[in-house]
Amino acid sequence: MRTILFLLQKEFRQIFRNPSILRVILIMPVVQLLIIPLAADYEIKNINLSVVDHDHSSYSQKLTAKILSSGYFRLNDFSPSFNKSFSEFQKDNSDLILEIPSGFEKDLVRENKAGLFIAVNAINGMKAVAGSAYLSGIISDFNAEILMEWTPPVHPASVAGIQVVPSLWFNPGQTYRFFMVPGVLVILVTMVGAYLCALNIVKEKETGTIEQINVTPVKKHHFILGKLIPFWVIGVFSFSLGLFVIARFVYGIVPAGSLLLLYLFLSVYLVAVLGFGLLVSTYSATQQQAMSLSFFSMTVFILMSGLFTPVESMPVWAQWIARCNPVTYFMEVIRMIVLKGSTFPDIRHHFLIVILFGTVFNVWAILHYRKTV
Amino acid sequence: MNSRTVIRTKNLTKRFGSFVAVNHISFEVSAGEIFGFLGANGAGKTTAMRMLCGLSRPTEGEAEIAGFDVYRQQEKIKKNIGYMSQKFSLYEDLTVYENIRFFGGIYGLRPRALKEKSKALISRLGLENESNKLVRSLPLGWKQKLAFSVAVIHDPGIVFLDEPTGGVDPITRRQFWDLIYEAAGRGITVFVSTHYMDEAEYFNRLSIMVDGEIAALDSPSALKQKYHAASMDEVFFELARRAVRQSDEP
Repeated sequence: MRTILFLLQKEFRQIFRNPSILRVILIMPVVQLLIIPLAADYEIKNINLSVVDHDHSSYSQKLTAKILSSGYFRLNDFSPSFNKSFSEFQKDNSDLILEIPSGFEKDLVRENKAGLFIAVNAINGMKAVAGSAYLSGIISDFNAEILMEWTPPVHPASVAGIQVVPSLWFNPGQTYRFFMVPGVLVILVTMVGAYLCALNIVKEKETGTIEQINVTPVKKHHFILGKLIPFWVIGVFSFSLGLFVIARFVYGIVPAGSLLLLYLFLSVYLVAVLGFGLLVSTYSATQQQAMSLSFFSMTVFILMSGLFTPVESMPVWAQWIARCNPVTYFMEVIRMIVLKGSTFPDIRHHFLIVILFGTVFNVWAILHYRKTV
Repeated sequence: MNSRTVIRTKNLTKRFGSFVAVNHISFEVSAGEIFGFLGANGAGKTTAMRMLCGLSRPTEGEAEIAGFDVYRQQEKIKKNIGYMSQKFSLYEDLTVYENIRFFGGIYGLRPRALKEKSKALISRLGLENESNKLVRSLPLGWKQKLAFSVAVIHDPGIVFLDEPTGGVDPITRRQFWDLIYEAAGRGITVFVSTHYMDEAEYFNRLSIMVDGEIAALDSPSALKQKYHAASMDEVFFELARRAVRQSDEP
């Protein structure tokens, strides 16, 4: 027991003397949480629109004005011909072309129906789909307005068919940030835990100090605990800084569920992540190796965690990878607790799996760490 | 000198793939001896020493350190030895005092003993004014003396020193040897590797390793007599000339 205290004292002294670690602990949470949720926003805005109006009528102008006032579109050009607009397309200045044929108003008034043409630049699939959906929505709104204008409703029910009114739960404003901030918090503790822990041990290998420890009677599990505990504390600290300072004061996010439950899960999760860092360190001889190994695995872990894209919409084989990724589970749990206020029975399954990860990583690391080579 | 054997090896061998770093070495060291391990770079000194310290598992052969087997009782060996590696390996970002306390602490010294020992050690090295400075800021010679003192802080039966005086100036080397003699005077067996032949005279007995094998083992005077040499330098050249290996140790 005393041995652990000596190891911990030494570790904390070294951490507080290392400005680069302090920077990671203090600045990384702030920067990540301030930048990523605001920048990485999936709400598509600023879609560049080219309008080709062959009709020049009051209805065609009305439609164009309505589209531009929606706030999603930015008028890139107003061209006399489709070909002209298409060259804007090719220069990647424009995302969407709306072509209003000549006789649009006439057809609309006389025959009660008219055609429009939309061309979509589909290089960025997300933007293309969202852009054409917005545009279609606005056009059908426009259509409904005209109908209302022309046919005064005799019976309100005769106009509308089935109306669907969604009721939004857990994130009523559909604010993307509420979805992202908890996710970024998970990435944060994962990176802080795994990187710092792996690099720290490998640094001792590089400087040779680990050998000096290996010739002492310090037990393997004491040494490893002496490494895990400080980084566990740092992980909890970084998480709290993110949750109570940035998430609350900058984004106004207050967890709906139990903080105790959240921290309980965090505690177990950190053990798993640190175990992973430990494992990386036992397989690396230099800090560079450890860095590239953890960089590679972190990229996979983060992209496959459901941070940006829901795990459910991945192909089945990718879902299997996501299920073998500890980050996925905390990603789900934190959103469940913070946004939905889920309770223990809801996340019991996640708990068990993360405990399993923690056990596997740590046991593997301990078995693979050798005092004698 | 009492004749209790504290290090005993028999055909101790270490292979890295097809490379035989240490080839069937057998020798014995008695308690209280200052035993030298000489050889050119790449002769296998460090590898042999790492096996004796329980840092490296022998490929074959037997070895017993302080009465414990190197295969099965490594942890017991570690309680009874001190080790100073070729590469300086105290914590550069801790102070002199913190390093002493840390290593004393993990060797299980009780708080009172730890306090007294730390104080005594600092005053013996004349580091009173430096005790709160980071080890990083000390000159190499002082670092080496500190590393040695830390390696024997728990009064081990045996201390292994791997080229402790490498890169150190002659005056500091002299002082370093004073520390070694002082430790030997307290009954600590000292096992030192070096490639400075002028240090050979300090040893009670020494072995000369060539290409992973022990080419000669005796007291300095007996070796000089045997090889009809005026100095240990000549003895060494006589033996080392036969070396085939060029490369550094793996």
